[in-house]
Amino acid sequence: MRNVDLVIVGAGPAGMAAAIKAAEVGLSVALLDEQPRAGGQIYRDVERAATRRGDILGKDYTDGTGLTEGLRHDGIRHVSGAVVWAIEDGFRISYTQNGRATQIDCEKVILATGALERPMPLPGWTLPGVMTAGAGQILLKQSGVLARSAVLVGSGPLLYLIAAQMVRAGTPPLALVETQTRGDLFGAMRHLGGALRGWRYLAKGTKLLAEIIRAGVPRYTAATDIAIDGADKAETVSFQSRGKSHKISCDTVLLHHGVVPNTQAAHSLDIPHRWDVAQHCFVPVVDRFGGTGTAGVFVTGDGAGIGGAKVAEMSGALAALQVTHESGRISKSERDRQAATLFAARAKELAVRPFLDRAYPAFVGALEPDDNTIICRCEEVKAGDIRGYAKIGCLGPNQAKAFGRAGMGPCQGRYCGLTVTALLAQANGLSPDDTGYYRIRPPLKPVTLGELASMDDTVSGVTE
Amino acid sequence: MKPDSPFLDLDAAPQVDVWFDGTALRLPNGANLAAALLAAGIQNFRNTPVSGAPRGPFCMMGACFDCLVEIDGVVRQACMLEVSDGLHITRPHEPETDNA
Repeated sequence: MRNVDLVIVGAGPAGMAAAIKAAEVGLSVALLDEQPRAGGQIYRDVERAATRRGDILGKDYTDGTGLTEGLRHDGIRHVSGAVVWAIEDGFRISYTQNGRATQIDCEKVILATGALERPMPLPGWTLPGVMTAGAGQILLKQSGVLARSAVLVGSGPLLYLIAAQMVRAGTPPLALVETQTRGDLFGAMRHLGGALRGWRYLAKGTKLLAEIIRAGVPRYTAATDIAIDGADKAETVSFQSRGKSHKISCDTVLLHHGVVPNTQAAHSLDIPHRWDVAQHCFVPVVDRFGGTGTAGVFVTGDGAGIGGAKVAEMSGALAALQVTHESGRISKSERDRQAATLFAARAKELAVRPFLDRAYPAFVGALEPDDNTIICRCEEVKAGDIRGYAKIGCLGPNQAKAFGRAGMGPCQGRYCGLTVTALLAQANGLSPDDTGYYRIRPPLKPVTLGELASMDDTVSGVTE
Repeated sequence: MKPDSPFLDLDAAPQVDVWFDGTALRLPNGANLAAALLAAGIQNFRNTPVSGAPRGPFCMMGACFDCLVEIDGVVRQACMLEVSDGLHITRPHEPETDNA
């Protein structure tokens, strides 16, 4: 039973661009996405929010409507609210939509599962009121909800973007507590050549910073010893900056020190991953089109390595070009003709990345948390527990599960996996590659018995 | 009576009746449930089965499972649901279900 030529998981920039390109040459495409409306996290709910608050969110965001409009094509079925929980060889995709489980068969699969915030385990990061900066942005984009008294903590361009958006909305953050140092900036200077090729990013960053400074938002840099305190919710953020202790009262803390690929689906298909030293995370091993070595499976967009929305869009189109070529719809020369422009544009967009990675590195205090800091939010396992397991012979993350349930809660290691790998690697004197990652098995998201019982093999979910 | 909210809500939408752990709330119809509860001043969505520690929304994108609530006997992620009229939401009383 074959239902469609191509299933794409994830309707962010990569998934949308892939769907549009594949449908253009006549492939039937099912675009499965968890959210009620297309856009992914970067363009979350863009069709509604662009008209309501495009002025606050900015043009880089509202430009996403170009992609969401492109989905209105007869060859594309955008299945919204679809939670994919299994991808089996062949390929058969199982997902839940509106409380009903459904399956769909396809020839090719493109995983465009995007990014997650890099886990930022700090003392107090599990308290209500502490969220990722991405969550703060999602609240603004989708719901028009803004924190009235927030402290932004961490490093990277996204922190400046959300701070500037909060300024425009009339609720500036109380402070920016930044973890990068002057040394990081100097170190980044050797990548300035690449950054200048991507000068538009630098110009945008400078403009955002100017907006933040003009609004009088205090900035503390080179912050260390960051801790969030409160009885049953976040009440203060304390930290050291340039030899002084600080403590700021607030209701909300937004954390960010970069994003990492969401590799759950790729890991579940046993696609090999490698440790990316510059970005401190695992990335799937892919070729220039996103091909994985498993015939018919592609990984594209930020899920294949962080490049941002524009790179994701180009990579999505490139994966679709290869899929259409393999399906016999376009010749190799036509694939290469179209791909050449995309490869060149992608290289130009990626040029700024080494500079950004070096100027805004992940916060060491969260990569190597104190023993008492919870690192597995679900099972409340602490960094010291993991180091203790290493002392009694625990070599890898899967063993750590047996020692103390780390990674066995409902998030399935999404917010502790990288930390557990890094802690074990450091404690055992092994590389992250040798230490490995959690073995990910379906269901990728919890499925209820009721949903399974409603399993409908007539693929109604796709034709709705 | 709404508790004081640490959040500002820019959007205006027709409101519907919702109950959270027995407290009556008026929330915008069709809004993201986790966002609407936060804007209504609810911060503690649940207590962890391990230590009883309070938790609220963390990722807002369906990945962290910290915003779990119980509706009609099923434990679900509030950030992946929309507000509808007459929702009865409680803090989950059972430990979260296994992943199957």
